[in-house]
Amino acid sequence: MDTKPLSSTDVAVRGLTRRFGATTVLRGLDLDIAGGEFVALLGRSGSGKTTFLRTLAGLDPVSEGDVRLPATRAVVFQEPRLMPWKKVWQNVTLGLNGGDARERAVAALKEVGLEHRLDAWPVTLSGGEAQRVALARALVREPRLLLLDEPFAALDALTRIRMHELVSALWAAHRPSVLLVTHDVDEALLLADRALVLENGRIRTELKITQPHPRARAMMGFSSMRAELLSALGVDVDGTISKPADLSFCRKTDEVKSRRGLSVIHSA
Amino acid sequence: MIEILGNAMTDAAMQNSPDFLHKIMRPASRAVTPILILVAWQIASGSGLIPERTLASPLHVLGTFWSLIADGELQDNLLVSLRRAMEGLAIGVSLGTIFALISGLSRSGEAAVDAPLQILRAIPFLALVPLFILWFGIGETPKIALVALGTIYPVYLNLYAGIRGIDKKLLEAGACFGLNRWQILRHIVLPGALPSFLVGLRYAVGISWLSLVVAEQINASSGIGYLIMSARDFMRTDIIVVGLVVYGLLGLLTDIFIRTLEHRALAWRPSILKG
Repeated sequence: MDTKPLSSTDVAVRGLTRRFGATTVLRGLDLDIAGGEFVALLGRSGSGKTTFLRTLAGLDPVSEGDVRLPATRAVVFQEPRLMPWKKVWQNVTLGLNGGDARERAVAALKEVGLEHRLDAWPVTLSGGEAQRVALARALVREPRLLLLDEPFAALDALTRIRMHELVSALWAAHRPSVLLVTHDVDEALLLADRALVLENGRIRTELKITQPHPRARAMMGFSSMRAELLSALGVDVDGTISKPADLSFCRKTDEVKSRRGLSVIHSA
Repeated sequence: MIEILGNAMTDAAMQNSPDFLHKIMRPASRAVTPILILVAWQIASGSGLIPERTLASPLHVLGTFWSLIADGELQDNLLVSLRRAMEGLAIGVSLGTIFALISGLSRSGEAAVDAPLQILRAIPFLALVPLFILWFGIGETPKIALVALGTIYPVYLNLYAGIRGIDKKLLEAGACFGLNRWQILRHIVLPGALPSFLVGLRYAVGISWLSLVVAEQINASSGIGYLIMSARDFMRTDIIVVGLVVYGLLGLLTDIFIRTLEHRALAWRPSILKG
């Protein structure tokens, strides 16, 4: 890996190794993210993408290696993880101090287009709305580093397109550094400055995407970049699978859906 | 869970039903059988089929009810009973809550508290009456203690399960957004466990009346139970029935009270939002 450290580096990871019992998920991973850079991290199921993001979020400890991070970080998870007993605006202000917390929540919710749902209960939100609240909850903290853990995986295709536009606009307005973990090659190409593919616990492929925002699938070089990333993920351009198939992806998505369903029932 | 979903579905079906009359007629149709039974009971009493010393007639019971209120006897005894129930309940619910917090929030607390409570729970608490009389005499203390003992367990068991059942993902999100231990307790654990606590509270209120019935029939000189027991000595089945009706009404009223509490405190839940 020849990631050249940029002048204003927000995230610097050196030799990060993470083991769960006998399995090594991350092996000596190196990564730099420049200030304000949007990085997409791709990888097959079980490649350690989420483990890496959790480490940056401070949810998993750093046992081997060196990680340097900005002080203000915020996470948007795969599922919204809103507190069902708190109204939308209270979910956004969770953990914030100061008397202007509500005004800040209102401003953040306005940015994601939900100022009319301030006092709604989370169970009444659609999947896309709930994820936008989660986005507002992250934004209101004005993070230097925004961590997105497959935040659109459980949304329908149309909602996902709108969320891509929203994230792109918010990133342009606030310029945090972003690490987006995703399965979706198109999503990475539409949003990120740089797409990385994680394999066997290290970053094996790096692709710079220099096309200006907002991007469309019709942009220059889209299909060749898409083919390159897909091939790094083990899928040939014509759709045949060159590496052993990993069908657990389908199962994982189902699990996400059932978890979302369960959390609704759980709060009933 | 499946049951909850089922209820939600029938509720939704009822709301969407164009037959609005159906909603009004249903309670009315449910009242038909109880009324018929009362009428049959009255006829059987009037014709001498049910002797007065076996069971007083509904009209006689109504008359007694009225005269007991008129001379203040019913209210006096009711207040005594209510006070015992509330004092016992306050002690039992507090202890149950404290124990549940100790064993729900820490593994070492669980080891210390859960095992002895589970062992004690195996003994039917009403079987402790003789011991309580030896320890506390025959005043108010054994009656209140019995209510307290009986109400600890439903609160403890439900709140403990509620705390342990909190979605780990929410706890993680809380930690991730910078909440400290106390804030996690206040903003995530306690509100998340509140539905379970209220289920426990509802059971506890039911048990408080049950233990009161037993406690007041032993060595009491006041209270609804005492009213019933002294009526037995004079074969006044009318007063006995009045006492039973009062117990029933108390149970019903407290249940309505807790339901109202649930509606206010759990406004965020889908089942309540739909209603």
